[in-house]
Amino acid sequence: MEFTVLVDIQLRGGIADPAGATIERALPLLGYDGVAGVTVGKTVRFTVDAADIATARAVAEEMTASFLTNPVIEDATVSVQPAGGDEDPA
Amino acid sequence: MTTTVGVVVFPGTNCEMDTVEAVTALGGEARLLWHGDDDVHGVDAVVVPGGFAHGDYLRTGAIARFSPVMSAVARFAAAGGPVLGICNGFQVLTEAGMLPGALQKNRGLKFLCQPTTLRVETTNSALTGQAGVGDELRIPINHFEGNYTCHPETLARLRDEDRVVLRYVDNPNGSVDDIAGVCNEGRNVVGLMPHPERACNALLGSADGTVLLGSLLAA
Repeated sequence: MEFTVLVDIQLRGGIADPAGATIERALPLLGYDGVAGVTVGKTVRFTVDAADIATARAVAEEMTASFLTNPVIEDATVSVQPAGGDEDPA
Repeated sequence: MTTTVGVVVFPGTNCEMDTVEAVTALGGEARLLWHGDDDVHGVDAVVVPGGFAHGDYLRTGAIARFSPVMSAVARFAAAGGPVLGICNGFQVLTEAGMLPGALQKNRGLKFLCQPTTLRVETTNSALTGQAGVGDELRIPINHFEGNYTCHPETLARLRDEDRVVLRYVDNPNGSVDDIAGVCNEGRNVVGLMPHPERACNALLGSADGTVLLGSLLAA
């Protein structure tokens, strides 16, 4: 079965996010007041063939921990859903 | 006996010839080590030089760490061989888990290309054996992601174990505790963001890098 995976990567709390801070500083200049907590991360999307959604999730989480993120500076959330189906909320 | 230094070349590495020239000028012999080759070919020391290994896609050093040559470099380091990572090479060594911490974007989001003054903090490392504690060296930096960071417990260990090898006198990039270079527990693996190979001739503005690379050749 094919599953689509979305990995949302953000810098960990306490790690400087100069891109987020620069955007946050710029927003009031453009008239957007009251915006806080801007962070800039990245997303990685892919499909994976697996027997079931739990296996797909395990594979995706393993590669996220070992390669897609650097745990010293980044956290990630992994979303898995059957290709063309509803998102697995787990 | 002439010391032979292996200089690792990934696709996107761009400081390998500067390193070869500096090593040769110091009386060493240099040999390029291609990233696809799982062998360091009996060299006496290894330099992972600067550049943009594998385009720095995903994160700096993230893909380079899986190159076959890095397995060979890790075995060489585990056997006590001296390994130096300069700039992108430092980033590769942190991603490979051979050095602690990580390099994040510079404070201020600017690419920095300028001379810096470094203070030697320990002579007990493969890079500083011939320097003196407190020596100030003029060495250039050339990076966007050189802002060293690590967990507070890691920082405490680095300090306790005298593993901060070099500090910036005037911190240019936001690195925690002004750190410019660190070493591993065995003190044979050292990484730094500044480029000693670009400061090996007075014609280039400074020859202060020679004491560092000379130490590596003697390590």
